[in-house]
Amino acid sequence: MDLYEHQAKELFARHGITVPPGRVAATAQEARLIATELKAPVVIKAQVKTGGRGKAGGVRLAPGPAAAENEARRILGMDIKGHTSHTVLVEKATGGFEEYYAAFLVDRANRTLLAMVSSEGGMDIEEVAATKPHALARIPIDALTGVDLDTARLLAASAGLPEDVHDAAAATLVRLWEVMVEEDALLVEVNPLACTSDRRVLALDGKVSLDDNASFRHDHAAFADGADDGGLEARARAKHLNYVKLEGQVGVIGNGAGLVMSTLDVVAYAGERFGGVRPANFLDIGGGASAQVMADGLEIILSDPDVRAVLVNVFGGITACDAVANGIVAALQTFGEEGPRCPIVVRLDGNNAELGHRILSDAGHPMVRVVTTMDGAAELVAELAAA
Amino acid sequence: MAIFLTKDSKVLVQGMTGAEGSRHTARMIAAGTDIVAGVTPGKGGQSVDFGERRVPVFGGVAEAMAETGADVSVVFVPPRFARGAVEEAVDAGIPLCVVITEGVPVHDTLRVWARAQAAGTTRIIGPNCPGLISPGQASAGIIPADITSAGPIGLVSKSGTLTYQLMYELRDIGFSTAVGIGGDPVIGTTHIDALQAFQDDPGTDAIVMIGEIGGDAEERAAAYIEKHVTKPVVAYVAGFTAPEGKTMGHAGAIVSGSSGTAQAKKEALEKVGVRVGKTPSETARLMREVMGSR
Repeated sequence: MDLYEHQAKELFARHGITVPPGRVAATAQEARLIATELKAPVVIKAQVKTGGRGKAGGVRLAPGPAAAENEARRILGMDIKGHTSHTVLVEKATGGFEEYYAAFLVDRANRTLLAMVSSEGGMDIEEVAATKPHALARIPIDALTGVDLDTARLLAASAGLPEDVHDAAAATLVRLWEVMVEEDALLVEVNPLACTSDRRVLALDGKVSLDDNASFRHDHAAFADGADDGGLEARARAKHLNYVKLEGQVGVIGNGAGLVMSTLDVVAYAGERFGGVRPANFLDIGGGASAQVMADGLEIILSDPDVRAVLVNVFGGITACDAVANGIVAALQTFGEEGPRCPIVVRLDGNNAELGHRILSDAGHPMVRVVTTMDGAAELVAELAAA
Repeated sequence: MAIFLTKDSKVLVQGMTGAEGSRHTARMIAAGTDIVAGVTPGKGGQSVDFGERRVPVFGGVAEAMAETGADVSVVFVPPRFARGAVEEAVDAGIPLCVVITEGVPVHDTLRVWARAQAAGTTRIIGPNCPGLISPGQASAGIIPADITSAGPIGLVSKSGTLTYQLMYELRDIGFSTAVGIGGDPVIGTTHIDALQAFQDDPGTDAIVMIGEIGGDAEERAAAYIEKHVTKPVVAYVAGFTAPEGKTMGHAGAIVSGSSGTAQAKKEALEKVGVRVGKTPSETARLMREVMGSR
């Protein structure tokens, strides 16, 4: 789960990292109120989970409450790279500072944790890596020993931070490391990490990605997006379905993440021959594929108005195909006499595939078509969706 | 022959007394696996009957190894207990630990991995993987045994069901070993580890490698193949249509910016002479061509 900047800063503050005083606002009036309380010039920042806010005009300075209200009104509802800014962060503007960069992340390839610190903050870190590699320290961190003050001082020095900042920067780095480990984060990034003229270090921005697998040992539920984040995905989550909405016309249900990803690809290839038909979603119903899960999945997919045909692609490994076929038949009954609103192509392979096919053909549902191969099924479903 | 797991492997199951653990222990036994012990803290001294086979339960891995000579552990415990279970197996020095558990926090995997590296005695496969099977010999995990047969193809994959699909399509030729390494961002055994073992295995003539979006494991595997693998490799990569920034089922399956795309992986593999199938069936066809020309 990626956090908004204001949520990341809330975590930072909990771990003793200095952040500018401020609050999140959902309306322009609220923004004005916060600016009034702060009694100082403020920065209004769009809250979106993507980069490039500044360039898009989503970060603005406001000298007083009236300007804060105006800027907030302009930024609220703004679209930045496909993300709508539903809220803004209003915080006290920080003046006269140097900009550094600090991040902890998971290094997948080397199966370790990585610290990246740079004296060149405020810009795209990939650009720093390319143009000023000497100003970027990349140091692997042992998962068992972690980052103590000595390691943090070493990081600050390797990144070329001024010597009189090493102590303050190191203290902040240790606390950022605590966020990384104690909150089960996959990424903690601060850009810029600011150092003021009186040598205080504070986080002016914050990007944190939390590990959903660790939710059992944290109270991070308050950070989750509400029901306003796009309908179908939220509904699917409520039914514990692994669903991702895409921009196409063919609904896809399958078992196993790899097989479903593969199914999306095969549908897209077949779609090239039928006017560019594309998959409408990713939905992995996992190993069991019970009638209830199948019914829930079909229900979500068919409530997507773009869907014009559905492909059910199941490989019976542990679950036999006859059980899956029975699940499909039972799920179809939940649609009553009218049946589903568009055709469903079913491809079953693996254990008891023939038995599964027989169950489906015996049921003789007019909206269901059975195809024995994955490529053939994709071809048919693309044709039906294009019709 | 086979890699990592043979008919001589003695397998213990951590979490055997749980529902998943016992269901799959029965399947592993049916696949011919020599299951010698179960491990559940607090249940030492009990035993579980699987048909005619009575499997003793021990309270700890070290004790189970000492009593039974187990050299493989399969872990079925829930996510919150996975780190402790694998650490126990590593500390006991078991040569192979297969972690089936899905949903293990990445920081736990990282700590376990660092510990295993320091100890240097344990190969970890997974977590969040289907395990591995050497058809006709043994199975450690949840890969169905009855969809394929023994033969000369080696398979390594991030995905469970795609593994099953390919094993089924090529069941007439058969497999030496199929290894599901799992779809988490951080995993123990990698494509490269399996490729190296298959290259060295006299029972393997050709290799199927299945990858998916996220990370750069496939690109690294391509570089390894170019230098070290002389046996023919056929590959498949899933996720060409996956959008940026969305996790597709597996925690590790995510395109971040321009990195981790299926296209980049396919290109890296093709550049070193690996034939990459556009679909699972085409991948199976390519493997048939490879085997037919030998």
